[in-house]
Amino acid sequence: MAKGIKDKVAILGMGCSRFGERWDVGTEALLAEAFDEALTDAGIGREQIEAAWFGSCVDAVNVGNSAIPASAALRLDGIPVSRMENMCATGTEALRGAAYAVASGAVDIALAVGAEKLKDTGYGGLPGAYKGTFNDLWLPLGSAPAGFAQLAAGYRAKHGISKEDLKRGMAHVSWKSHQNGALSPKAHLRKPVEMDAILNAPMIAEPLGLYDCCGVSDGAAAAIVTTPEIARALGKKELVTIKAIQLSISSGVETTTNTWDGSHVRNTRNAAKRAYAEAGISNPREELDLIEVHDCFSITELVTMEDLFISEDGRAVSDILDGFYDREGKVPCQIDGGLKCFGHPIGASGLRMAYENYQQLLGRAGKRQLSSPSLGLTHNLGGVPYLGIAAISILGLH
Amino acid sequence: MAKTSAFGITSFGAYIPRLRLERAAMYEAHKWMAPSLKGLAKGERAFCSWDEDAITMAVEAARDCLLGARAQSIKAVTLASTTLPYADLQNSVIVAGALGLDRNVETSDVTGSQRAGLSRLVEALEAGSDALVVLAERPRTKPASTQEMSYGAGAAAFLLGSQNVIARLLGTAAAAAPFIDHFRAAGAPHDYFWEERWIRDEGYLKIIPEVVGAALKDAAVEIGDISTLVLPLPLKGAAAAVSKKLNFEGKIAASFDDTCGYAGAAHGGLMLASTLETAKPGDRILVVGFGQGATAFALEATDAIETKRGARGVSGALADKVVTKDYLRMLSFYNEIGLEWGMRSEKSGKAALTTLYRSADQLSAFVAGECRACGTIQFPQLAYCVKPECNKPASQFDPHSLVDDAAQVLTFTADWLSYHPAPPLYVGFVQFDNGARLLMEMVDIGPAGIDVGTPLRMVFRIKEPDTARGFNRYFWKATPVTA
Repeated sequence: MAKGIKDKVAILGMGCSRFGERWDVGTEALLAEAFDEALTDAGIGREQIEAAWFGSCVDAVNVGNSAIPASAALRLDGIPVSRMENMCATGTEALRGAAYAVASGAVDIALAVGAEKLKDTGYGGLPGAYKGTFNDLWLPLGSAPAGFAQLAAGYRAKHGISKEDLKRGMAHVSWKSHQNGALSPKAHLRKPVEMDAILNAPMIAEPLGLYDCCGVSDGAAAAIVTTPEIARALGKKELVTIKAIQLSISSGVETTTNTWDGSHVRNTRNAAKRAYAEAGISNPREELDLIEVHDCFSITELVTMEDLFISEDGRAVSDILDGFYDREGKVPCQIDGGLKCFGHPIGASGLRMAYENYQQLLGRAGKRQLSSPSLGLTHNLGGVPYLGIAAISILGLH
Repeated sequence: MAKTSAFGITSFGAYIPRLRLERAAMYEAHKWMAPSLKGLAKGERAFCSWDEDAITMAVEAARDCLLGARAQSIKAVTLASTTLPYADLQNSVIVAGALGLDRNVETSDVTGSQRAGLSRLVEALEAGSDALVVLAERPRTKPASTQEMSYGAGAAAFLLGSQNVIARLLGTAAAAAPFIDHFRAAGAPHDYFWEERWIRDEGYLKIIPEVVGAALKDAAVEIGDISTLVLPLPLKGAAAAVSKKLNFEGKIAASFDDTCGYAGAAHGGLMLASTLETAKPGDRILVVGFGQGATAFALEATDAIETKRGARGVSGALADKVVTKDYLRMLSFYNEIGLEWGMRSEKSGKAALTTLYRSADQLSAFVAGECRACGTIQFPQLAYCVKPECNKPASQFDPHSLVDDAAQVLTFTADWLSYHPAPPLYVGFVQFDNGARLLMEMVDIGPAGIDVGTPLRMVFRIKEPDTARGFNRYFWKATPVTA
């Protein structure tokens, strides 16, 4: 097996825009907000960037397709800039492109930047995804919550958990993230929410109520990566390096054969196994200090705790209710508030998660700062649980 | 001349939409301006869901008809309706495709009159060719009209052949008369009607006896030889009046006024199918179709009638119902009111006709691929077998239609966020007993709801309409098995 990229790529600088209903700015300005912070953090000029990957998902409400709009927005003149789109894994995919370019030796310094402008649609939630001319003829319509809500039925059937107990576990997921989000200056939703409000919210897609769904926001995030050697030469003392980036994509096994039971996300398990192998992690429950997972919906975060092999199968609800993933818990999850409070500007989310890990690892997380973490994980889930994309990155101190 | 050939009807089937509206709900909405509707506010009327039309109902009636009769060759398929969704696009070819019939079948549509279906049925009986004749109607009725109160929807199908004939033709007659009881201009949404008393006295009571007399003569039987009279007439009491005029003392066929309502060109078919459900060997049935003249024909049930009953038939279709009082739901499904569906409904429903034709082999009759190498049944069929241990090319697949296979709910949700004309959208994984699985829309969910493990059957429906261009794409959906 290939050795992977563990410790071959260091983060030189990162930036993250304020997330929210950014009526004030367009995608170009969001990109610039994240880019400026990353450049300042890296201590370099834009002319030192040799290649860039731009992640954005929804053409209709963004800058349009190709990398040209990002290249123009950030004035990245005459260098290779690539557009990356892989649904909700887009941000992490942009990071992977930049990291692989550095790890291969093709370039010394590369940029990953992602942005999404969801609040130019005119309504809440994500625009309907175009499925291609063939799938459009037979695949049912259905919103993102409809896709993820089905995990609840599958999970209940597999583990024999009552609707009420599962809903309590899901509600704790959202309650905890709202508590955390209140301490994130860049988050969209910054008010704690009472448990009763979560449990009694209007239904979006059964059993997901309003507070089981993440916010919908505009935002951008960026990372500048290089080799550890160059980072040190540029004066960086404490280094955060990439320990692993892995993806897994559906091939139709879950949707077309009877081997998947509907209770978990196979892609997350596949990507996690490979990411842990690349990073040299044998016991994630003990070794990971914080995780930023794809909490598009509360049920997604709940099953992800098992899919990442942190909670045993069937034990996620009790771990969650025991506070294992709370701020003071053993493995804090969504310490910045997660998608729940930041919303999910698709192209930016993976990089926003990496940004929180990066800040925590360097001790710069302000009121949210955890006690000396050394290893953090990000997790994205694109598409739907049964037909989608899982992307995992692991960052750590060098 | 009496027909004594061994040719005739070999099977029949029916479909009535599961959705039923309590007529009192319509009256309650209209009584401020049309209190006279009170007399019609009895029972229920069937109405189509947003995704049902003459084509989808025809497919369901034909499936009911063909259950157990698959072995018989079908050389021709006719769809009769005055509410065909397409003016220029042969509607019956979509029906034949959904039924998985051979490509060499002759397809045709007949329309233009409410007697179109019965006329074609008798023509096919006289022609003696193995044919499937399907009558379907989705009448659109103006709010607060007599027709809204008394009409319904449905479809009936008849298979003709020379093996296991259950009813044979004795004789027939027709008359053409420029008698216009109602009309609908091409493209117009609603019918325009003349006075009921004139329709009854000058139309039904004069034209029908004339044609019935000629048909009895052709069949060489007397009115007293007829056991059941099938008179699909929408006016209350008209059948009894005509029967009296004919000196008929037998049974007037049930017309489901309080349970379904008048189903236009399909109604005579539904009444005939219902009659055949309980007919005895030797029973003689006289069927009349009315519309710019009339068609009448006499049938005689054979001994085989005892062995062949529609799989569900009219009685099964009538019993399989979800009753609502939501009058506005029906109005919305029939485009009689424009509701605010929000920006999500603005999505284009345009279909790529190239893709549609390329994938017709899979989509029309819901044909999965059964891998000869590993046995996995898979839908959709892509280039390679989905099983990771196999991945053999699709050239290894045998076609396997999922249409009649047993299935149940694996996962589901009720989605209130997506645009859907009948919210919430029920969507989830359908697990077939044979191992196949796919994500499907689930429709006509009753008050009992669904859960993991609920048994499902497949129904042919409009997948999504392209309202901007007037094109429907059809596909299969799942619905809970009732009873």
